[in-house]
Amino acid sequence: MAAPDRGAKWLRLCALLLGLLPLVLLLGCTLEQYPQSAMHPRSDYAIWLQDLLEGLVFWVVLIFVLVEGALIVAVIRFRARPGMPDPKPVHGHTGLEIAWTIAPALILAAVAVPTVATVFKTQSKAPAGALQVEVIGHQWWWEFRYPEYQITTANELHVPVGRTVSVSLATADVIHSFWFPAMGGKRDVVPARTNHMWFTPNSTGEFPGQCAELCGISHANMRMKLFVRTPEEFDAWVVAQRAGPAEPDTLSTEARGKQVFMTAGCVACHTINGVSNGVLGPNLTHVGGRSTIAAALFDNTPHELGKWIADPPARKPGTSMLKLPMSPDQLADLVAYLTSLK
Amino acid sequence: MATTTAPIAAVHEQSYSPSGLWSWITTVDHKRIGVLYGVTAFIFFLIGGLEAVLMRIQLMRPGNEFVSPDFFNQLFTMHGTTMIFLGVMPLSASFFNFVVPLQIGARDVAFPRLNAFSYWVFLLGGIFLNLSFFLGGAPDVGWFGYSNLTSKQYSPGHGVDFWAVGLQILGVASLAAAFNFIVTIINMRAPGMKLMRMPVFTWMTLVTSFLMILAFPVITIALVFLLFDRFTGTNFFMASAGADPVLWQHLFWLFGHPEVYILILPAMGIISEVLPTFSRKPLFGYPVVVYSGIFIGFMGWGVWSHHMFSVGLGPIADSFFALTTMLIAIPTGVKIFNWIATIWGGRIEFKTAMLFAIGFISMFIMGGLSGFMHASPPSDLQQSDTYFIVAHIHYVLFGGSIMGIFAGIYYWFPKITGRYLGEGLGKAHFWLTLVTMNVTFFPMHFVGLLGMPRRVYTYAPNMGFNEMNLMSTVGAFGLAFATLIFVANVLRSRTHGAPAPADPWGAPTLEFAIASPPPVYNFGSLPTVHGLDPLWSKEAKDIIQQVNTVKGHIHMPPSSYWPAVSALGMTMLMSGIVFGWWVGIPGLVLMLVGFYSWSFEPCH
Amino acid sequence: MGAHAEEAHHTSTGLNNRKLLFWSFLGSECMFFGSLIATYLVYKGRSQVGPYPHEVFDIPLTSYSAFLLLMSSLTMVLALAAVQHNNRKGSLIWLAATALLGMHFVANQVYEFTDFLHRGLNLQTNLFGSTFYVLTGFHGTHVTVGVIWLWSLFMMALRGKLGADRSLDVEIAGLYWHFVDVVWIAIFTLIYLIQ
Repeated sequence: MAAPDRGAKWLRLCALLLGLLPLVLLLGCTLEQYPQSAMHPRSDYAIWLQDLLEGLVFWVVLIFVLVEGALIVAVIRFRARPGMPDPKPVHGHTGLEIAWTIAPALILAAVAVPTVATVFKTQSKAPAGALQVEVIGHQWWWEFRYPEYQITTANELHVPVGRTVSVSLATADVIHSFWFPAMGGKRDVVPARTNHMWFTPNSTGEFPGQCAELCGISHANMRMKLFVRTPEEFDAWVVAQRAGPAEPDTLSTEARGKQVFMTAGCVACHTINGVSNGVLGPNLTHVGGRSTIAAALFDNTPHELGKWIADPPARKPGTSMLKLPMSPDQLADLVAYLTSLK
Repeated sequence: MATTTAPIAAVHEQSYSPSGLWSWITTVDHKRIGVLYGVTAFIFFLIGGLEAVLMRIQLMRPGNEFVSPDFFNQLFTMHGTTMIFLGVMPLSASFFNFVVPLQIGARDVAFPRLNAFSYWVFLLGGIFLNLSFFLGGAPDVGWFGYSNLTSKQYSPGHGVDFWAVGLQILGVASLAAAFNFIVTIINMRAPGMKLMRMPVFTWMTLVTSFLMILAFPVITIALVFLLFDRFTGTNFFMASAGADPVLWQHLFWLFGHPEVYILILPAMGIISEVLPTFSRKPLFGYPVVVYSGIFIGFMGWGVWSHHMFSVGLGPIADSFFALTTMLIAIPTGVKIFNWIATIWGGRIEFKTAMLFAIGFISMFIMGGLSGFMHASPPSDLQQSDTYFIVAHIHYVLFGGSIMGIFAGIYYWFPKITGRYLGEGLGKAHFWLTLVTMNVTFFPMHFVGLLGMPRRVYTYAPNMGFNEMNLMSTVGAFGLAFATLIFVANVLRSRTHGAPAPADPWGAPTLEFAIASPPPVYNFGSLPTVHGLDPLWSKEAKDIIQQVNTVKGHIHMPPSSYWPAVSALGMTMLMSGIVFGWWVGIPGLVLMLVGFYSWSFEPCH
Repeated sequence: MGAHAEEAHHTSTGLNNRKLLFWSFLGSECMFFGSLIATYLVYKGRSQVGPYPHEVFDIPLTSYSAFLLLMSSLTMVLALAAVQHNNRKGSLIWLAATALLGMHFVANQVYEFTDFLHRGLNLQTNLFGSTFYVLTGFHGTHVTVGVIWLWSLFMMALRGKLGADRSLDVEIAGLYWHFVDVVWIAIFTLIYLIQ
């Protein structure tokens, strides 16, 4: 066999391996390493999308190996060498044209069928008995409401494993996009429109999500967390959320902090049930129980909470949350109060 | 392939004034206008590249504070807008200008002054757009400017106004150029140059020009609505009045999808010229390559909502656009197969132009395949607005359009300047570009599918995005260095490059029959063409002699400054929307004076 | 363009370059007005407050305006014929007639806009106001540009500079004028008649 042909065979093998390398690499990575991965499905919706993706990747790798391989073979085999004859002036070949028009069409048909099926399956009405959640996007945080429980919370979504979550999606200002990759695809929130999506989580755990449509200066800071709990944990969470805010002992630090909350200006934007009625910012009734603050931007520790309240625009550019004037003592008291709101 | 020895005394005095700034400002010669477009566009390309490098520095590690979030948003907005409207499109236009009249056997384009006008509007529009950086901030709403983020309420500064008005100005430049090339290609072909004997590059120019004249009016209207909303309080995108912000998306992408074919078809045309030349055999399946280009042009109108799969248009709309998008992959694939079949059985010479052409095919296959993955809406919902899309667009736009354009530059540089670009530096440029392009953009496929959205100035440190972002940044620096090698090559070759004959490569098309650089009148006598690839036909010798023999009086259009004056006036008029009537009114007067004088300017 | 006698430049199709350019331009204008009309239709019936179309439209007046433009297309054809036959007097009469009919149309538009404004419909009032005024405003502007074009041709004819050798200039102005008329037919039908 002539040397160029053997070389071409080796090259084809290498191209094949190279093409498969991505898949191999992916199989080696875990959700712990890549918490926001879209390739580690944890819900029915995400699994259907992953199935489609795997089908697409199969065809992509196959086509890549064949076509890129043909190119590489051609480039090597037909490179000019001394003594090589003049090439034959071939102008075309109808049979080839037909063949390489039909072959891609068939592959596309093979992909189109599961695509359309999945489109209709994932956009059908949510199964009965689903947990209703209303999502409202704001610049730059997420509001979550559970109408059947009359709960309003922000940035951290709790759902029970195994029960379908039916999400309605709206916005208070500009277009955002709601995306928990482990649960499935994203869906935009659009003014004057309510979108819907649903998914059934199949594992407990903590899953990060993020806004996926440019929505202004702090688009990168509009994050969120999903907590998939066991049914018992979820029920307990609901009970705690429906309860009123923790009432601080009189003359305690927390009581002084509540005073700060009520007089420093916070009430203009925030609701603490029974205490204040602001709607521009997240509901803080149980803010102490969240694991993160400022749309999952910082851990919810007294230190971070203090830094956040002390100068919100410095920590989240463009935020409407004002840098309210207060002394360091007042700030510490306020942080203690908010931390107590579990 | 002797250079011409015929005298140029027959040429009109006024047009033959080759030196000095004034000669460039008043030129109506398509070859000079092509050079103006090319140099200007390349400078904007470098600016766009600088914007990219700044972004990559910011993203090289999480929580970085190299640029502010606000400036980062301006950077990606201007990077996209600059690369598309001030980079790739005018680079393509520089080839339309220089090459098309030569390929069809014409002395110039149909409307030389309109041609000059479109260049000056492009230059002034690009300057206007970039002035925003210094006058309150560049636009920061993305190159696609979705409403209602672009409303006065959510974008109170002037950045969006600069963006909208700037695009309107640039739209005029594109339309003017497109009209010119449609008429030139349809009406000014040499005897015997039937449509199906035209080089593929000229064909792609024709299809692209039709796409431009039909797509730009749609974005013009969208921008009119946006400007009316921002300046006069109309309700085109005001949800509170019952309007639908998604209307913007429909109008924008009705323009935007044909726009991406405007960006790729010229590069596809270029490599359809380069591959046969350096394979020493004709293009495989010429009619199929032409028809698939036309087919793509038509079908490109039917896929726009594949940019909107996450908006919630409903399963029927999503399925329809999925199917049309998959369909358009067929003619695209067919072209790729025909290019490979062109090389197959050839005798390949690896000049730098050929390396870039092969690189185009290789990278475009990858970009096309990731595009195929987006075509499925449910799968796309995990990909859209992530770095997976950023990977796709850069493989098709950088690996595709830009590499195709570099192929064209290496291929036609000898014709334009009379000197070869250095092959040593050229090969270094190519290999470094190919490698660093992949280092920059390949990781983005992964980081996108692993959850990193687009248009984010930073990211959380524990998501696993860190190493891949660092790799992309390193690649970006490499890409910048590779581009500097190219710049050095151009600067050196202009004065020290090896002199090039009329036909430096043994190519088949008409532009290689005449001297390098061509005389101002292009052809001494217009050639008579008998088929495809005239210089590879048995009539080649006759054609070469014919075109290098001056017969009779050659009338070339005289230079004129009215196109530049009109362009300045029109730009001032439109920029008056942002700057005020004290710029707008003088602009209107200047423009009317310019157009009037242009209309009544004598031809002799 | 150029101030010299119209040379019979040879072209591949036999069509004059400027005419081909103008047809391409009209194709572009179709997309321009098409987007405006499509937006009007998409937003039809979605205004949240009045005045609403049926409350303000004066169909008899608008029909009369349509008639004016249709007649003006006829006079334009007559003007072209006159120029092609070196009929200076005819050229002047029919060019002026076309321009005057166009000006009457624009005057009707001004009247209509003023009337609507008095009834409380302005650009900002509702979706109807925004889409209607921008669409018909652009059309009226196109008519106005046409009127100015026609009067400048009239001035050339007056100075004896519009002979048969320059008939292409008039033909192209005619193409523009007929296009503007056709757009009005579309607007009249889709916006006024079909409510």
